[in-house]
Amino acid sequence: MSNEHIDEISGVATTGHEWDGIRELNNPLPRWWVITFYITIAWAIAYTIAYPAWPMLSSATKGVLGFSSRNDVKNEMAAAETAKAKYVAAIQSKTVSEIAADDALREFAVAAGGAAFKVNCVQCHGSGAQGSTDFPNLNDDDWLWGGKAEQIQQTITHGIRFAADADTRQSEMPAFVDVLKPEQIAQVSAYVASLSGPVLDKSLIEPGAKVFADNCVACHGENAKGNRELGAPDLTDAIWLHGSGEAAIALQVHTPKNGVMPAWVGRLGETTVKELAVYVHSLGGGE
Amino acid sequence: MLDQTQVERLEAEAVNSAKTRQPLYAARKKIFPKRASGRFRQFKWLVMAITLGIYYLTPWLRWDRGPFAPDQAVLIDLANRRFYFFFIEIWPQEFYYVAGLLMMAGVGLFLITSTVGRAWCGYACPQTVWVDLFLVVERAIEGDRNARIKLETAPWSARKLFLRASKHAIWLVIAAATGGAWIFYFADAPKLLGEVVTGTAAPVAYVTIAVLTGTTYVFGGLMREQVCTYMCPWPRIQAAMLDENSLTVTYNDWRGEPRSRHAKKALAAGLPAGDCVDCNACVAVCPMGIDIRDGQQLECITCALCIDACDGVMDKLGRERGLISYATLADYNANMAVATAGGTGPVSPALVRTPGGAFVDGLAHFHLGKIFRLRTYIYLGAWSAIGLALVYSLLTRERLELNVLHDRNPQFVTLSDGSIRNGYTVKLLNMIPEPRTIEVTLQGLDGSEMSIVGIDQPPSRSFSIAAEPDRLKVLKVFVRQPADQVKEPAQSFEFRIKDTASSESAEYTASFNAPEKGK
Repeated sequence: MSNEHIDEISGVATTGHEWDGIRELNNPLPRWWVITFYITIAWAIAYTIAYPAWPMLSSATKGVLGFSSRNDVKNEMAAAETAKAKYVAAIQSKTVSEIAADDALREFAVAAGGAAFKVNCVQCHGSGAQGSTDFPNLNDDDWLWGGKAEQIQQTITHGIRFAADADTRQSEMPAFVDVLKPEQIAQVSAYVASLSGPVLDKSLIEPGAKVFADNCVACHGENAKGNRELGAPDLTDAIWLHGSGEAAIALQVHTPKNGVMPAWVGRLGETTVKELAVYVHSLGGGE
Repeated sequence: MLDQTQVERLEAEAVNSAKTRQPLYAARKKIFPKRASGRFRQFKWLVMAITLGIYYLTPWLRWDRGPFAPDQAVLIDLANRRFYFFFIEIWPQEFYYVAGLLMMAGVGLFLITSTVGRAWCGYACPQTVWVDLFLVVERAIEGDRNARIKLETAPWSARKLFLRASKHAIWLVIAAATGGAWIFYFADAPKLLGEVVTGTAAPVAYVTIAVLTGTTYVFGGLMREQVCTYMCPWPRIQAAMLDENSLTVTYNDWRGEPRSRHAKKALAAGLPAGDCVDCNACVAVCPMGIDIRDGQQLECITCALCIDACDGVMDKLGRERGLISYATLADYNANMAVATAGGTGPVSPALVRTPGGAFVDGLAHFHLGKIFRLRTYIYLGAWSAIGLALVYSLLTRERLELNVLHDRNPQFVTLSDGSIRNGYTVKLLNMIPEPRTIEVTLQGLDGSEMSIVGIDQPPSRSFSIAAEPDRLKVLKVFVRQPADQVKEPAQSFEFRIKDTASSESAEYTASFNAPEKGK
């Protein structure tokens, strides 16, 4: 360029622009920078063509690659279902005992059942299935309705005292408030408490045993070991659903609580119920 | 004395010389390094053969580990998270060995750089090795420096197109072979080669080959010295690593100056003339495009090819080798002081040479003792200490390990007979590629017994477990203690595992929780 002006101090060409004697130096951007810049522009244009990008009135351009994050999730879920299909089919065709006996199937069912438990069961039974007063602990070896995998499956499927299910487990501890006198309730409570531990007033035990024989053996049995057909608890062991000690026992004789567990098969389906049964059975108390 | 007729004078300009250094936004000026020959070139060929040999051949070495582990000597098995190196097998939790090796590499670089300068850059760096390899191809096809410059400036013709196309084609083949070799470190090499050839290998294999082909071609063929000068962080650390006792490639002004293209005339005219005949041989061979006579510079990778070039010229002139040489800054400064009479004047050949032409006494010459100084021993000590610690750790490491997780929710369960049960997830690590029978026993915790989910066996204090080769075995263990034996809310006890065949064992101290008394 003939009219190119070189700045004397820096030795750099100027753009020819001048303001009040100040000339603008012409320092172009580094070549690699400019090339990279052009590449990013080309990339951006290609990207908006390939992927959903431009907002339109009611939606956006779809992009020629047909990408959609919703479809991605759908595909991933479908892939996961396919991967699980083998186990699910086996679980559907086998009994819960057979599932529990097969290492791979048990592992799958325990994982799946554990997940279902966290969603559906922890509200009452606790996140570790440890229960609380009035809500049974599923880790221990004391089972009101039986602790075999099939029995647990039956309980989860149809529930307990759940009116909407015809096959639900049914029983009721009657209220003895109108049947027994207050002192008789105290006596029978002392007797029952004495079966698994010390009591304060030993003189109550003997009359209490008589009250028990007259009123309670029909369900709880002569030795107070309970009856799983009726969901009647063993009164001689260390586990107390509604609280241990004479006072708690007296309250349960006076005006009993009869807990309700809903039937789950309608909501979760048979496969998940089986998985839950295997999971609960695996917690350490399964028979 | 000076017979300069045999010395070819080269029209070479150091394109990256500080004097002519271009601003960053200027287009790169191509460098056409001339072929050098000499001791250092020989050494570089040797290093290239060894490093490329290691790179390409290692995945194909076999090492028998029995039927339960791969037989590839060096294998990074990402899918199974195992790293095999001959007789060593590393699990992911033993990654500290790799960390230790990286520390050794770091300290080793400090050691090498502080003693012999940028030897890594000049000889062993993959960038240097592959650029060298690509230059061999370029020279074979397009000819040496002058032919290449001629071709570069020539207008496009069928011949130029053919030469260029074949050069880039061979470069791409080398680049693809480079990327192709890389993937064999991550899978069984012979099997993977078959898969790659038949198009049945995993997509990640092809992507890796493509990416590494691209980087090798671009870095080694197209960008070359720019990678070292602009992209690599290592040259920037040099300043902190080098000191006045480190060897660097040095132009010895004290015997070279004043340089003269017409030494005979100068001498005849009674003017001083140094050893440098300004033939530009050192500039022509430089792959970095610098003039070493400007002094130590950031761009110099100390490949020492200028030493070879200059030594060849000195031989022809009948002068001592070493006008350009590996020298320490301390020696250089001492000799400069001699040559300039303590800095009081210009370099004067008369001060460094006797009238007979020999070097005067009192000039510093390099000997190996100079690079062994306190700093060298500290680096060497640190490097060896890490190495010895790794070897010790490797020789004494456990190949049978035990991890125990105590169930936290619930921490304990009261059973119907009043006894207390705690749950544990017990992990047995059988870290050898052979099946083992492991005995798991309870130590302490009076009266307790355990049962293991999935093992149909009555409760006991000892179980025999079949551990699969090179696998983690996870057991769900329930430990139960009778009510009358429970002493306090938290008791300590041990899980102990023992290989029934060997004497290997491991212990884990776990806690057994029970409700507070009276609750």
